[in-house]
Amino acid sequence: MGTNSALEPINETLGVYSQLFMLLSAMVYAVAFIFYALDLVQSNKTIAELDAAALQSDQKSLVTAGAPGGKPRRTKNARADLMGEHVVNDKMTYTASSAKRGMARIAVVLTWLGVLMHGFAVVSRALAANRVPWGNMYEFLTTGAFVVAAVYVVALLLKDLRFMGTFIIGLVTLMLCAATIGFPTPVGHLVPALQSPWIVIHVSIAVLASALFSISFAMNVLQLLQHSRMNRLAEGKNDRLPFMRLVPGAGALENFAYRINTIAFVMWTFTVMAGAIWAEAAWGRYWGWDPKEVWSFVIWVVYAGYLHARATGGWTGPRSAWLSIIGYGCVIFNFTVVNIYFNGLHSYAGI
Amino acid sequence: MAQRDHTPHPSAPADAPGTAGSTAAGRGTGGATKTRKGKGGKNNRGDAPALGPLGMLRWIWTQLTSMPTALFLLLLLAVAAVPGSIFPQRRVNPEMVNQYFVDNPDSAPWLDRFQLFDVYSSAWFSAIYILLFISLVGCIIPRIKKHAKALRTPPPRTPARLNRLPQYTRLEFAASAGQLPGGDEVIATAHKILKRRGYRAEARGSGAGASVAAERGYTREIGNLTFHISLVGVLLSMALGGAFGYGGQRVIVEGETFVNSLVSYDSFSPGTYFDAKNLEPYSVTLDKFDILFDRESETHFGQPLDFTAHVTTRRSPDAEPEKEELKVNHPLRINGADVYLVGNGYAPVVTVRDGNGDVAFSGPVVSVPQDSVYTSLMVAKVPDAKPEQLGFQGFLLPTAMLDENGFGISGDPNAINPQLHLNSYAGDLGVDDGVPQNVYVLDTEKMTELNSRSQDAGGIILEAGQTYELPDNAGSITFEDLKRYIAVDINADPGKLPIAIFAGLALVGLAVSLFTPRRRVWVKLTDEGGQRGVEFALLARGEDPRLENEARELRRIFEKTWPVADEPDSDEQELGEDRGH
Repeated sequence: MGTNSALEPINETLGVYSQLFMLLSAMVYAVAFIFYALDLVQSNKTIAELDAAALQSDQKSLVTAGAPGGKPRRTKNARADLMGEHVVNDKMTYTASSAKRGMARIAVVLTWLGVLMHGFAVVSRALAANRVPWGNMYEFLTTGAFVVAAVYVVALLLKDLRFMGTFIIGLVTLMLCAATIGFPTPVGHLVPALQSPWIVIHVSIAVLASALFSISFAMNVLQLLQHSRMNRLAEGKNDRLPFMRLVPGAGALENFAYRINTIAFVMWTFTVMAGAIWAEAAWGRYWGWDPKEVWSFVIWVVYAGYLHARATGGWTGPRSAWLSIIGYGCVIFNFTVVNIYFNGLHSYAGI
Repeated sequence: MAQRDHTPHPSAPADAPGTAGSTAAGRGTGGATKTRKGKGGKNNRGDAPALGPLGMLRWIWTQLTSMPTALFLLLLLAVAAVPGSIFPQRRVNPEMVNQYFVDNPDSAPWLDRFQLFDVYSSAWFSAIYILLFISLVGCIIPRIKKHAKALRTPPPRTPARLNRLPQYTRLEFAASAGQLPGGDEVIATAHKILKRRGYRAEARGSGAGASVAAERGYTREIGNLTFHISLVGVLLSMALGGAFGYGGQRVIVEGETFVNSLVSYDSFSPGTYFDAKNLEPYSVTLDKFDILFDRESETHFGQPLDFTAHVTTRRSPDAEPEKEELKVNHPLRINGADVYLVGNGYAPVVTVRDGNGDVAFSGPVVSVPQDSVYTSLMVAKVPDAKPEQLGFQGFLLPTAMLDENGFGISGDPNAINPQLHLNSYAGDLGVDDGVPQNVYVLDTEKMTELNSRSQDAGGIILEAGQTYELPDNAGSITFEDLKRYIAVDINADPGKLPIAIFAGLALVGLAVSLFTPRRRVWVKLTDEGGQRGVEFALLARGEDPRLENEARELRRIFEKTWPVADEPDSDEQELGEDRGH
């Protein structure tokens, strides 16, 4: 832009609507969260009902879930009982019983409603400011939460990931609350350092990668829970986490989390590289160990360690899951503590 | 990074596709992995000393290049990087390090002893990444050799019993179909189909036992190797940039010209092999510097929206002058050096006459903005004043106003009503004894205060164009004009381009290595009691969650190609589902 040409004016009315819809979507998410939680709380009752129904309809019962006969079937049936395989299976596909989880269905509908309102809020914020909606902490949180929710609902179309609803929608609700309470920022222009096409590329991919890391984190946590639960059950102890019957097996979670982490890792690599290109243009060096850069590097190295662990004997299963969880801890640290408390060039939190 | 392991899989059926277990062999030699694996307890290292010195070295080398060591070094590197974000770093912000020493006089020297203010050039951080890269090189070289060999090796022999492989399908030809293709023809067709799908295929044998062996996804390992080699390239390029590049800072006031030579820099840090002869003699004149502030928004009023430096550059002494704009995010790129706009402020132009009535100083004085309304700290030292040296310190207020207590404050970042609020001193500035001084700090120890709030004469308040006569006929000061200045970083880094290339290669290599499935397929003729057909099986090498889809797709193609009976005997998907653990 030229020297005296002002930036496009801010549409403050639209900005206010955006903030209102952020709040409304947060409320809808909160209600969805309650329904996801109810689905888990009622899991005993739900599963008992579904079990009974499955036994009654002999054709579509557990036995045909696998093929008839054969020795391996028996172990599989035992596992199916344990897992409630007709409730959720290791491919995380929808099954005939999927539709019978009423609470979860309500929760999904509410999630979609929340995502639509949230999407409107994010887009109207962008329109109000005539720029990408990620220029300060409020916008990182609200847009980041939207990406998490959007990735989740799109994934829901393909896979039955409702077992993760409490975590994902809980996280989204928390992010929106943090944005509204902790970092309320009226819509405004970008400071000159952020006026670069790279903000579109660098920040959006970073947000998307973080959203994917969130989902794989949830899966790795559930994997660990499922793993220890299975060990307990194998030892003949009682089931302390019966709601985990709604969650797929530890191996399936591990593999799915790995696939997501590979995509997120490539994106994070790109984020760091794009950030370096931008830093070169804005600050005169491509890498300067600014606190944000340090932690982006730490995240990258930890997830690199995770990928290597998956190919190392004795490091698969719970151990690599822990690495993924530590990596996500670094992502959260980088987003919260580094943004807010560390003094560096990335201090755009607007606080 | 991708999994480094690609020790050939024993074509054992236990290798379920897509499970972690299927890739879990060590990198390097398997023996090394096993030694390290039992870290917990049953590890027997007692045999190491018996190896002799050469064997010992080999043992260390095997250890270093093993996957668990690489993993350990990676995690150690992550941990080692953290202190650099907690403690101030000399390379990033030397003033903060000095401040840390002032604030923590007891702990700072100890932290310094452990190089915690220079983490990224410290011995321990360097040791970790150098070991990691040695380990990396020690791993990729044998793998390059191995893969080069694999690229020249035909697909592996067809296993005797395909039905023990994870993805197995058997198709029977419909007996009713009039013209069944001959065995060799079926094999030839299967060969063609697999080739078309990107497999490297080879038809084997003829007659009853004929088969096709095929493998695809060799680029997975190429991508993996490219990624790791590129990382080495990035590191070496960084070293190159550090050795031959240079960086410097300079403040340029409106109207001033910077000529690229060593004496023109305010501060300069050359690389180890930098040669001053390589400084290109270009020049940059700052014609005008403009800042645009937000005047519309109530919530962000006064926030800077745009910084533009209008400059005239000459790329060489006899080149035509060019008008250019230097902005944040838009550096000037001149002859391999880049000029970045990193700061700005006001430079009041003052004239100081000394006690003898002579002009002892006249020119711009760079002031340092302290807040968003550019309340700027300024220090003027006049060593040439006679009989006594003069010093001034105080504030520039771009838009001077009075606050509720009657103190002068600035109300706006733009210079609407600029005022200088100064104290004055006469005596010895202490600049003549050769000790380098900070130009922004006035040492008043050997000076007498002439003007300040506490003196009878009071402080100096000057508006543009006004002159103040110092008490005791010590001289006078005139506020002539107000200019803006810019602070620029000037860097030359010959490593940038190679780093960009290697980083790009690394990214592509990474994506290829993670998302290209490497898999094998065997197709075989079957003939059970006159019932002819084909069977085929797939085996994943490494993570391959879509192996099952490929099996389904191949089945679809085969069913379309040959007259296949409706109820084929298939074990598809059965074995593949059970977990490896």
